[in-house]
Amino acid sequence: MNAPTEQPARLTVATCSLAGCFGCHMSFLDVDERIVELAQLVTFDRSPLTDVKHCSERVDVGLIEGGLCNVENVEVLREFRASCRYLVAVGSCAITGGVPAVRNKFTLESCLREAYIDAPGIDNPHIPCDPEIPLLLNKVRPIHEVVRVDYVLPGCPPPAEAFWELLTALIAGREPELAYEHRRFD
Amino acid sequence: MPQSSSLERVLTRISARYRDEPYQLLQMLRAVQASYSHVPQSAMQFLARHLGVPLSQVQGVVEFYAFLHETPRGRYDVRFSDNITDQMLGSRGLCERLCQHLELTPGQPRADGKVTVDYTSCTGMSDQGPAALVNGLAVTRLDVGRIDEMADLIDAGIALEAWPRDWFAVRDHIRRSGPMLDLQMAPGAALEAAVARGASSTLAELARSGLRGRGGAGYLTAHKWRFCLEAPGMERFIVCNADEGEPGTFKDRVLLTRYADALFEGMALAGFVVGAREGFLYLRGEYEYLLPHLESVLERRREEGLLGGNLLGSRVGFDISIHLGAGAYICGEESALIESLEGKRGQARVRPPFPAIRGYADKPTVVNNVQTFIQAAQISAMGSAWFAEQGTEKSRGTVLLSISGDVARRGVYEYPFGVTVKEVLADCGAGAVQAIQIGGPSGHLIGAADFERRIAFEDLPTTGSLMVFDWSRDVVGVVQNFSRFFQHESCGFCTPCRVGTTVLRQLIDKVASGHASAADLDELEACGMVTRSLSHCGLGQTAPNPVLDGLKRFRPVLEAKLLGGTDGPGFDLDAELSEARKISDESLKEGQHG
Repeated sequence: MNAPTEQPARLTVATCSLAGCFGCHMSFLDVDERIVELAQLVTFDRSPLTDVKHCSERVDVGLIEGGLCNVENVEVLREFRASCRYLVAVGSCAITGGVPAVRNKFTLESCLREAYIDAPGIDNPHIPCDPEIPLLLNKVRPIHEVVRVDYVLPGCPPPAEAFWELLTALIAGREPELAYEHRRFD
Repeated sequence: MPQSSSLERVLTRISARYRDEPYQLLQMLRAVQASYSHVPQSAMQFLARHLGVPLSQVQGVVEFYAFLHETPRGRYDVRFSDNITDQMLGSRGLCERLCQHLELTPGQPRADGKVTVDYTSCTGMSDQGPAALVNGLAVTRLDVGRIDEMADLIDAGIALEAWPRDWFAVRDHIRRSGPMLDLQMAPGAALEAAVARGASSTLAELARSGLRGRGGAGYLTAHKWRFCLEAPGMERFIVCNADEGEPGTFKDRVLLTRYADALFEGMALAGFVVGAREGFLYLRGEYEYLLPHLESVLERRREEGLLGGNLLGSRVGFDISIHLGAGAYICGEESALIESLEGKRGQARVRPPFPAIRGYADKPTVVNNVQTFIQAAQISAMGSAWFAEQGTEKSRGTVLLSISGDVARRGVYEYPFGVTVKEVLADCGAGAVQAIQIGGPSGHLIGAADFERRIAFEDLPTTGSLMVFDWSRDVVGVVQNFSRFFQHESCGFCTPCRVGTTVLRQLIDKVASGHASAADLDELEACGMVTRSLSHCGLGQTAPNPVLDGLKRFRPVLEAKLLGGTDGPGFDLDAELSEARKISDESLKEGQHG
């Protein structure tokens, strides 16, 4: 009788979106039917795909889309960092702040005034103030300004092939290598 | 924009003044800049056609040098020296004050085109800062009173000639002299001794003295001269490197002021020994104020038969011309300096071949520092034994230190080689010293553990700059200043230096801002090592020194800045929420009142 071959532990993967548009998640899903193959190789942990709200104690790979615009983003990111062995900054917003960071040219107050007080056609003009609404940061930040980041997937969004290469490489235990066309966009 | 016909007349005149010689392009462009407060595109096109050089080369030169501009500067062009020693004396605040008075932004000409205020690299006045250049001329010992008056003078349109003369006074500040500075040498004495002795015996005498180059590298002067002498070729040249750009250094300025005769004699001596008939003094643009003085010394020596075709009754002929730099630290590197002398961008050449074999116009060329030529002349006049009496086995003679920063008496000090740092500190009245930058930014940052070390080529070599920082100074701020300097001065030719100096500066800024983690310190070190080992020339090879020395000798100071601890970066959430909290507090108050 053969000894049972030891199965390598399945990697766990978590994903989340901070100040982003979910475009990176959509691009991830562009791996199409390979998602089935992937689901056999990894276990999905916290993710909008699973609707799990918090990470398990130990997650192997965490994919973060979006930058940091408010206090909740910072808390989620810190929790993610604490749980994940490898943290991946996915897409322009996570890496540089992206489109939300356009507001960094202005003060927070002038942004809020423009949106809630000065813009034409505002009914009951006042800046919202409710404990339910997370406080905004002075400036939108890329995630590496708050936590250590292990890998980046550049692009807006990164192509599905880039996600595929990253995950299959980490599953196989090698360093990911993004092909030129998967990291250059102009 | 000047009228095209009048522009062409002016350019033709400028070009003729320099014999329509393409090698004189940089000198011509300096003249254009002075006339039009920039170098118009049409002037570049005209000069390119007129001299038969590619437009790209002319444009390349204009873009390369800090004192040449493609767009107009103000008619008054004020540049504050931005060395750390100037900053420590309050230069930044003074610059801001002047900008406020004149209602302008640094670096941008005022809308009426009257004035530009900007920063520039060290102007060589660390002993009498805060200093600035106004239309290229050095202004020293700036204070609030002078700044306020300067703003008025500019607004009133008063010509520079009518400004207070003492603003332009540059003091020598010789605080301690030795055999070199004390020697009174009659003009001609060194040359006459050399002619009496013969060229080869003079070279042998120089070799016996053990004189090593005083520009920093410390190469044996006699070897360099011999290489040049023995190199194949009919024509040879002598070049004096007076591009004293190393921040915190000013000894050459003093030597050019007080010992110009000995310097020119040393150059003529070198010409006699290696058989050169032409020499160049490459004077840094920041020392333009010395030009009339130096030209008058040259003229007098020609009349005295100590220079020109009539040198020593025509037994030998040798003449010297002066070239001005235009604000580029890299031109202190000898091969970059030669490129600049040839009217090109100051980009270091691949060495070997060294200039002694292939230098100016690809001919054998001796390039030495100001002090080296003076000492060579003194050795010829006084003999090698006189010189070798002082110093250590491997570092003969004396060293000139330019001391600035937190000391009671800033200035030039002459010591025998082998003097300890501690002795020097005691003499110049340094208090509680935290750190010293010795040899300028490209040298080393040392702390108390190294104060017993000796200043000599075999222990602590130096170009002469010694900047002292007491405990009130932030070492990270010092490293930041020098890193910014190198980033600015990198010529951009090779990637390790161009990118490396930028990354180093960004990382040290990150450390200073409190956002760095220990991982960033590792990154700093790795980046420093790459820049040091892969850069094309000495600039890139020494640019990481402040950072690497900071990591090596002042690591706790850097680590104290890491708010993020060992792993993640520092991020102060409360500080980041300050605006939102203020807005919501106000919003709540309004709600109560409403």
